[in-house]
Amino acid sequence: MSTTNVVPQARADSHAILDVDNISLRFGGLKALSDVSFHVKPGELFSIIGPNGAGKTSMLNCISGRYSPTEGRVRFEGRDITKLKPNKRAAIGIGRTFQNLALFSHMSVLDNIMVGRHHLLKNNFFSGAIYWIGGAQKEELEHRKAVENVIDFLEIQHVRKATAGTLSYGLRKRVELARAVALEPKIILLDEPMAGMNLEEKEDMARYIIDLNEEWGMTIIMIEHDMGVVMDISHRVMVLDFGRKIAEGLPAEVLANENVRKAYLGEDDLEIDGASVHEDEVA
Amino acid sequence: MAMTSLRPCGDYRTSYQADQTIFSTRLTLILIVAAIVALCFAPMFLSRYVLSLMIQIGYLGIAALGLNILVGFSGQISIGHAVFFGFGGFASAYLANKGVPVPLAIVLAGLWTTIVGLIFGLPAARVKGLYLAIATLAAQFILQDFFVRAEWFTGGTHGAMAPPFELFGYDLSGDTRYFYVVLFFVVVMYLGATNLMRTRDGRALIAVRDHYLSAEMMGVNLTKYRTMAFGISSFYAGIGGALYAHYIGFMSVEGLDILFSIQFLGMIIIGGLGSIMGSLMGTIFMVLLPELTGMLASALQGSTIDQVLHLKDGITYMREMLIGATIILFLIFEPDGLAHRWRLIKAYWKLYPFSY
Repeated sequence: MSTTNVVPQARADSHAILDVDNISLRFGGLKALSDVSFHVKPGELFSIIGPNGAGKTSMLNCISGRYSPTEGRVRFEGRDITKLKPNKRAAIGIGRTFQNLALFSHMSVLDNIMVGRHHLLKNNFFSGAIYWIGGAQKEELEHRKAVENVIDFLEIQHVRKATAGTLSYGLRKRVELARAVALEPKIILLDEPMAGMNLEEKEDMARYIIDLNEEWGMTIIMIEHDMGVVMDISHRVMVLDFGRKIAEGLPAEVLANENVRKAYLGEDDLEIDGASVHEDEVA
Repeated sequence: MAMTSLRPCGDYRTSYQADQTIFSTRLTLILIVAAIVALCFAPMFLSRYVLSLMIQIGYLGIAALGLNILVGFSGQISIGHAVFFGFGGFASAYLANKGVPVPLAIVLAGLWTTIVGLIFGLPAARVKGLYLAIATLAAQFILQDFFVRAEWFTGGTHGAMAPPFELFGYDLSGDTRYFYVVLFFVVVMYLGATNLMRTRDGRALIAVRDHYLSAEMMGVNLTKYRTMAFGISSFYAGIGGALYAHYIGFMSVEGLDILFSIQFLGMIIIGGLGSIMGSLMGTIFMVLLPELTGMLASALQGSTIDQVLHLKDGITYMREMLIGATIILFLIFEPDGLAHRWRLIKAYWKLYPFSY
C-alpha cells in the first residue's frame, strides 16, 4: 500500500537546527534507510521510534557521522555536514550516547566526563606534561568546575571517583549521558537512554531529559522503545519501519496513525491499551 | 580497581586543585619526596655495583614507561621497542660526536627518535591488534638492519663511541655521578607522564583504548592519537637509550634484538599495564630477577642438590627459565601486575584494623 498519504509532507524549514534530507543508506544489497527526511527545530524533543531493525540507530549514525549516507544530506544549522568527520562534529555541537554502554570502562567517572570536554580544552601532550607551568592546571580546574555542574545535575556525585566499569547499569547510562552533556552540545542524540532500566530509573532519566531540554535548552533526538515515555515527553515523534518513514507528528497523531498501529504497535487493539496503561505508570 | 577511594577518614578537600593532585594524601607526597632525597644520598653509602643496577633500572625504566604509554595506555601493541631505545642511543652518540653538548644531545636524540617512531607509527592509523604487531615487528627488523648498514650513523658493526656526560664543563660520568643524571631524568620523565595522563591528551589516549567509537564521538581524532602514542613512546625510548649510551660510553647494535623488545613487554606486564609506577616496579623486578637467580645459581653450585640432580651447566640456564616462568605466573595470578598488588596492599592498610 502507498504511504504517501499518511506521511506529513516534510517541509524544508529555514528555522530548523537539523535538516535531514532524503537520506538513503545501503549496505551492499541491504537497504537500511530509504529516502528519509525530517527536520528538527531548536529546542525540540524529537523521538524516533520503530520496530527492531527499522533503521533508527542507523539514522542516528548518519547524523553523528558514524555512517556516511549513500544518498541525501544532513544539514546542521544550515551547514552541510554529510561528509564531516565524526570527531569534528563534537566541536560544532552534536553529542550522543550509545545504545550499548560505551563508557571508557577503566577510567574514573570524572575522567570519562572530562573526555567530553576534549574539544573545549586547549592543552596538549606538551603543555599537559608540564602541568604547573603554562596554564594546563588552570584550564583543567576550570573545566573541572563545568564537569561538576553536570555531575550535580545528574546526581552522580557519590560515584565520581569510581571506575566506570564497576558501576551498575543504570548509573553507567547516567554517566554516559553526563559525558555527552559535558560536551555542551546544541543537539544531543540519545540512543535508547532507558533501555534495561527499572521504572524508578526510567522516571529519573525522563526527568533529566526534560530538564536538559527545558532548562539547559538542548535540542534532543531520542530513540526509545518505551512507548509510555516517548508519548509523554516528546514534542514530535517520527516512526520508521524497514528503513522508511511511515509517520511523523505529535505523539497523539502518531499513536492514532493506522500505519503505525500495524507496523509497530501491532494491529490488535489490546496492544494499544497495553501501551497506554504503561504510559500511566511512567507518568 | 574496585576501590572507589583510598582517601583516609577526615581528609576533606575544599578545592578542585586539592582533589586533582598526583599524590592522594600529604603523607604520600612527603614519602615520595623523602625517597627522592634519600636517593640523592645513596651514592655515598651504596657500592658501585648497586649503583650500576639502579642506573640500569633508571634508563630501562624510562624506556619501559614509554612502552607502557603505547601498550598500556593507548592499547596498541609494539614488539619493536628495543630498536627505538637503540636509535636514541645511536642518535645521541652521533650528535655528541658532532660537537653537540651531551645533555642537549640526549634531548635531541629523544626528539629524533620521536620522528622515527611517528613514521613507524603511521600504520597504527590503519591497522590494529595482531596486524599492528606485525607492522612493529617490521620496524624492529628494518631498524636493526639499518643500524648494521648505516656506518656514518652508527659505526656499523663496530658500534659508536658515546662521549661522557658533561654539564658546564663538569664531568658527570662514572657510577656515583651519573646516578644523579639518571635520577633527574627519571623524576622528570615520570612526572611528565603522570601529568600527561591527567590532562586532555592523556585522557584521549585512554579513551581511544577503552572505546574508540565513543572517543571519536567525543571529538577525539583517532588517527592523531594512535600515531601520537607511538611518538611519545619513542621519545621515552630514545631518552632511555641515550642515557644508556652515555653511561656505557659505547653504543652497539648488539643486544637490540627482538628479545630485548620482549623484555620491555615483560617489564610492563609484570609491573602493570596502564600504570605509571607499575612501569618502574616492573623494571626493578626485571633487573633484579637475574641478580636473584644468579645468586641462587651460585649458591646451588656444588651443593647437594646440584650433585643429586646433576644440574652442572643447567644452572646457568635457570635464569632464563625463571624469567619465563615469572612472566607466565604473573599472567595467571596477577594479570594487572605489581601496581595492582600495591593498590591492594594500600587498601588493606586503609581498612586495617577496622573499616570505616
